[in-house]
Amino acid sequence: MTDAAATHAAEHPPYLAHHFTDIEQQNEAGTLGMWLFLVTEIMFFGGLFAAYAIYRYMYFDGFYKGSHLLDWHYGAANTAVLIGSSLTMALAVRAAQLGQRKALIAFLLLTMLLGIAFLGIKLTFEWSNDYREHLIPGHLFPGMEFDTIKHGPAVQLFFCFYFFMTGLHALHMIVGLGIMAVLVWMAARGRFDAGYFAPVEVSGLYWHFVDIVWIFLFPLLYLIGGTYKQ
Amino acid sequence: MSVHVVPVRTYVTIFLLLMVFTATTVWVATIDLGPFNTLVALTIAVIKMLLVILFFMHVRSSSALTKTFILAGFFWLLLLMAFTLTDEGSRNLPPPPDGWGSATVAPAAPAKP
Amino acid sequence: MSAAVAEAPPETRVNYLNAEYGIKSWLLTTDHKRIALLYLASITVMFFVGGMMAVLMRLHLIDPAGALVHPDTYNKLFTMHGAIMIFFFLLPSIPAVLGNFLVPMMVGAKDLAFPRLNLLSWYIYVVGSCLALYAMVSGGVDTGWTFYTPYSTSYAHSQVMATALGVFINGFSGILTGLNFIVTIHKMRAPGLTWFRMPLFLWAIYATSIIQVLGTPVVAITIFLVGLERLFHVGIFDPAVGGDPILFQHMFWFYSHPAVYIMILPGMGVISEIITCFSRKRIFGYSFVAFSSMAIAVISFLVWGHHMFVTGMSVYAALIFSVLSFLVAIPSAIKVFNWMATLYKGSISYQAPMLYALGFIGLFTMGGLTGLFLASLATDVHLNGTYFIVAHFHYIMVGGAVMAYLGGIHFWWPKITGRMYPDTWARLAAAIIFIGFNLTFYPQFVLGYLGMPRRYATYPAEFQVLNVMSSAGASILGIGYLIPLIYFIWSMRYGPIAPANPWRAKGLEWQTPSPPPTQNFDETPVVTEGAYAYGPPGSAREGAHD
Repeated sequence: MTDAAATHAAEHPPYLAHHFTDIEQQNEAGTLGMWLFLVTEIMFFGGLFAAYAIYRYMYFDGFYKGSHLLDWHYGAANTAVLIGSSLTMALAVRAAQLGQRKALIAFLLLTMLLGIAFLGIKLTFEWSNDYREHLIPGHLFPGMEFDTIKHGPAVQLFFCFYFFMTGLHALHMIVGLGIMAVLVWMAARGRFDAGYFAPVEVSGLYWHFVDIVWIFLFPLLYLIGGTYKQ
Repeated sequence: MSVHVVPVRTYVTIFLLLMVFTATTVWVATIDLGPFNTLVALTIAVIKMLLVILFFMHVRSSSALTKTFILAGFFWLLLLMAFTLTDEGSRNLPPPPDGWGSATVAPAAPAKP
Repeated sequence: MSAAVAEAPPETRVNYLNAEYGIKSWLLTTDHKRIALLYLASITVMFFVGGMMAVLMRLHLIDPAGALVHPDTYNKLFTMHGAIMIFFFLLPSIPAVLGNFLVPMMVGAKDLAFPRLNLLSWYIYVVGSCLALYAMVSGGVDTGWTFYTPYSTSYAHSQVMATALGVFINGFSGILTGLNFIVTIHKMRAPGLTWFRMPLFLWAIYATSIIQVLGTPVVAITIFLVGLERLFHVGIFDPAVGGDPILFQHMFWFYSHPAVYIMILPGMGVISEIITCFSRKRIFGYSFVAFSSMAIAVISFLVWGHHMFVTGMSVYAALIFSVLSFLVAIPSAIKVFNWMATLYKGSISYQAPMLYALGFIGLFTMGGLTGLFLASLATDVHLNGTYFIVAHFHYIMVGGAVMAYLGGIHFWWPKITGRMYPDTWARLAAAIIFIGFNLTFYPQFVLGYLGMPRRYATYPAEFQVLNVMSSAGASILGIGYLIPLIYFIWSMRYGPIAPANPWRAKGLEWQTPSPPPTQNFDETPVVTEGAYAYGPPGSAREGAHD
């Protein structure tokens, strides 16, 4: 490497984008950008929560009945799984901070595993059950329409919100899994070290946010009016 | 970007706290507190959220700007819900159609001056 | 430094336009200046598509029984005119074109914080626009741009889903652009550029971006729910099935009212830049103008109920929204007073940008004042749903935002393209637009006051004279808009080469050559004076540092 190239490399590490003056500015910009994106997600999910709150206020009876048609055990298990995945994600970021490549990859894979477990529990135990019990709203699956005679239309509205809110959440989790996969690949290629791990930190913020959404979804959907018997 | 490294012990403690709060919220749901069930559940959820935000997301050691943005996000959501509820809560909601069951009792019509 | 660079012949000097050639260098660019031009091309297309619908509507309304189209088609025309103009022209216009081009230069940076995200924003916009255009050619949508339920969810047989999807996708373009601007302004300002030395255009863009980031997600989820309801018919917004149509309007207007401020705030920023330059004076009350932008951003989120006064909303909520709507007028008024005070005793010249700016001040004020009649509950009951509303928002959006956009394009055109447009034609076009605009929309205030409802394909015969006047004005306005299209395109090839600073304006963007090099600045500039350090010609202030 020539002198000029060596100086350039020293002043301009390969992970520093050309429009930034130094790595601190780049890192701060990245973190701020991700927080702003999470603020938009607060408003995005928040709009759903607001509509849900209004209809729960209007049709408490039906929402109560709908909530009791869900199995809170799976909801609680999923909550534990996601909280665990937040722990492993925080540990992954910590490993990146310390430049521990193997630990970083291990914790990222563990996070992905827990995320897949979450989706697995949802799909195999909850949603397929709901399908069999005619709880999916509307006419999406002909022959398996929602039984409004048995449950009432307010319960159908509840399930509409249930599927939409948990579905949107699941979509965000799938995107998160994709991001984790990319991070694992980048870490395996040695792209991160103690001086540069911003993508890991910023993705961690996203993952924790998805966890927080579930922290609210669980009580609001599964625990309405208590789990006690009528 | 957080500069100092949080010890593993802290993360695990927060994780255990979150699990405890999850168990608590399930347990409280088995007790009939009437309308307070929702309030307690939401309070516990907010505490869990704060634990994740402050410790897992490093906001405790983040800049004032970051904290301002986060607060603004929640405040704006509050605006949406509060203003919408002032209307939905003070209108005479029509009785629900057949089969919809009982709604919460709509507030009494305001007396004409 | 700019003098030395200007000596090099423009044909050989490397700038962002000739740095690379070929379609890939444009479609895969991360240069904010090229992305701004990509936006310029696409929104111009959408402007003329939406404008064509307006022309068809005004032609149709020459006759009280409807001269041109079937009433169902008329419904589709006003819907698509509104949706295209608002979502695909006005909302992106100044932020995506002028903002993208100028924000990095005004802060003294080489690019925005996230250049690749910037390119993604444009592609998202293109996808959304294509969906809207597809909806248009495959039958159109007739719900009104407001998608009111339950018509849009349960009864409309038009292309609601396609349009809704296009609008939904397009929202993310605005969110990402706003995110980019906020981070850039916070983190990438040049040394010495404190918040209160920034040009007011940056304050306006910053406030706009805050609204975009906080408001757009709510309309996104609302449109998503409309789509769901169309698919499942479970009663989310349909009263026959237990839903609340007013809830839809709450969620829709929570964004769509602040959206109108997304459309006007950047225009106000442009006006501050133009007024100061063409009166050779500092802005009067810089901090008041800066803070008023932020105040508008915040208060704009508290007034959305004024679109819903006659829907059956609770009277108590209506009272609160009415008071707050009066409040939101105050920061706008502060700006108008400050611009007038800036003009007072200024050394005023009347080039095209200034003509647009002066037109803006008058027309925006008229539009804003008429908003007060609509904020007041008693008068709104009579004026809502009439042409008064149509005139009110067109005075602000066309007489205000579009004129500010055109003024800004004229002001920064030499910087963007390195060419001057013909000034006489530009002034003529500005005059034609002003006259055509007023002839189109002033009669609509009268029509609305007299009771002619909006969104109707036919009207009582006694309103015909005013309608014909309005349609005549519309044709003049249309010609007025075509003239700049022609001379701008002409100027790109045949216009005189522009110097670095043809208006002798203050501001970092004018310290670079016209057109600027790809990296904007060879060295990061250091800012030592506030914005608008103008003074009388020949004085120490002109060109001197504070």
